[in-house]
Amino acid sequence: MTARTLFEKLWQAHEVVPETVDTPAVLYVDLHLTHEVTSPQAFATLRERGLTVRRPELTVATLDHSTPTDRDQLFGKVPIRMESAARQIREFESNCAEFGIELLGLTHEQRGIVHIIGPELGLTQPGKTIVCGDSHTSTHGAFGALAFGIGTTEVGHVLATQCLLQRKPRTLAVNVEGELGRGVTAKDLVLSIIHQLGVGGGTGSVIEYRGSTIRRLSMEQRMTVCNMSIEAGARAGLVAPDETTYAYLEGRPRAPKGTAFERAVAAWRKLPTDPGAGFDREIVIDAAGIAPMITYGTNPGMSVPITGTVPVRSGDGVHAKALEYMGLTAGQPMLGQKVEFVFLGSCTNARLSDLREAAGVLGGHKVATGVRFIVVPGSQQIKRAAEAEGLDRVFIDAGAEWRESGCSMCLGMNGDVVTRGAYCVSTSNRNFEGRQGVGARTLLASPITAAASAIAGRIADPRGFLA
Amino acid sequence: MDPIRTIRSRTVAMPRANIDTDQIMPARFLTTTTRAGLGEHLFADWRYDAAGRPIAEFALNRPDAAGCQILVAGRNFGCGSSREHAPWGLYDYGFRAVISTEIADIFRSNALKNGLVPVLVDEASHAALLARPGAEVSIDLERSSLTLPDGSEVRFPIEPFARYCLLNGIDQTSYLLSKQAAIADYERRMQA
Repeated sequence: MTARTLFEKLWQAHEVVPETVDTPAVLYVDLHLTHEVTSPQAFATLRERGLTVRRPELTVATLDHSTPTDRDQLFGKVPIRMESAARQIREFESNCAEFGIELLGLTHEQRGIVHIIGPELGLTQPGKTIVCGDSHTSTHGAFGALAFGIGTTEVGHVLATQCLLQRKPRTLAVNVEGELGRGVTAKDLVLSIIHQLGVGGGTGSVIEYRGSTIRRLSMEQRMTVCNMSIEAGARAGLVAPDETTYAYLEGRPRAPKGTAFERAVAAWRKLPTDPGAGFDREIVIDAAGIAPMITYGTNPGMSVPITGTVPVRSGDGVHAKALEYMGLTAGQPMLGQKVEFVFLGSCTNARLSDLREAAGVLGGHKVATGVRFIVVPGSQQIKRAAEAEGLDRVFIDAGAEWRESGCSMCLGMNGDVVTRGAYCVSTSNRNFEGRQGVGARTLLASPITAAASAIAGRIADPRGFLA
Repeated sequence: MDPIRTIRSRTVAMPRANIDTDQIMPARFLTTTTRAGLGEHLFADWRYDAAGRPIAEFALNRPDAAGCQILVAGRNFGCGSSREHAPWGLYDYGFRAVISTEIADIFRSNALKNGLVPVLVDEASHAALLARPGAEVSIDLERSSLTLPDGSEVRFPIEPFARYCLLNGIDQTSYLLSKQAAIADYERRMQA
């Protein structure tokens, strides 16, 4: 048998009808995750056409995007302040009830950001195809699942048929070798990869992250890397499953149990790319050469090492526009730039390890005067786990806000926004103009860089705060 | 869906590279639960100032942009979020095609399902289009060709099935629903 990549194995195992020159493949979906923002029009289409959901048990719904992170609003003590968000949430609840879809709703103890709870519950498993009306669905690829974001029309396709029409993408191997330095996190690694590939460098491709550095990453770190694959334009990111993956999944509520788990692991062991299998393209990254990274511009590819300066690119109109929006000057150092907001959260960096690392930097220090530091755990389970080990006290005592879980300030849909013109060091995934609020200036970085900057009130090197 | 064969229109040029879907349709307009009316919010933060007044120099606010159905945009148009609200907004505003040297995957897939034709061109044709904003061009979907302002014709790649659906006004959901027997077979195979 010919040597196949992990991607090819995943693809072939889900072909209901293979692609031809004239028609795309019909690809089966094992797990569909859905939320309040990108599904209403899909449910409306089902209703208009008199269609039902083909496999309701393969769709899991939660509330995260326009959902409040304020406790009183979330638990109904006071009304949800944003009327349009409240209406969208109510409509989603009634859609899920009408079509028989399980909803981890507003007050459910397992609610959280869709890409955080899938893995946390053990729904995300190697070998599956996973889709969601959200581009950061690439996160789930960390388990060796083919996971990608889809539009709302496609949400309707999955609901009605459990399938999608897809053309086979190309493959891109990103080989990372060597040790990451002290204070260099998975976030810095992926920002560095995006910088190297460019924001359109992965278009049309599925990335497989490989090499000794990737093998040593924890599941949470692998999720951070795969999460941002879309920021290089790639549809999906993949990491081959291994002992780290199986250990993470064992005992999770929705993962197989006992002998079923052993049988599943035996099947998962066959997934990794065979020796000698070829990729359409390969790049090599030297992990030891990566520093803590921060973005200076208005897309995630515009980043520099934190000790670096804003690049000088005379004659580059895109660069000039970005600096004008960001209020930064070519040649100025990133360190020392004053910040008004710090956001620790999002599907990129709001897992327990992220909160622990940030709290480790914060321990004993105070948030600088004039800085608003918002901490939004990725799920209600993470929130409770963090509280059980006292992390909430570390954040609150330092002067940060400790919130309920949700997407929050990553995209500012629920009213959690950065004010116009203000700078925000953010652990999220996008620094697009206006992403965190109209006129907001986002600086993407790791959780430890965010915590260090909150203490300093300026962009700060986390390595100065590590024990 | 109405069949689409040809689109003939003057162009609007937005030469910036990497125009993301957060610019096309800012997140605060995503609490809507319908597809209607999104054209009003298209490029909202580039189109209007803080007080909600149109910004005169923005491409869509120039008098000659009125009625244009074809947007010529910089490289990697539509990157970022998967929100279908971006092509819904472009279509609702009146656009029927977007021309660029590179169009992001999810945006392109969404556009094709909503009667918005993504047209990929080479650098030279792109430069020619950007050099003459407002010039009339025509797109012939049957021939997968674009006629530039100087009368020269270039072919563009487009996924054959999506093109067939656009030409015949077929929606992809109906096609997928016609595959139910194959889907049931697959499900039986997987359970065995």
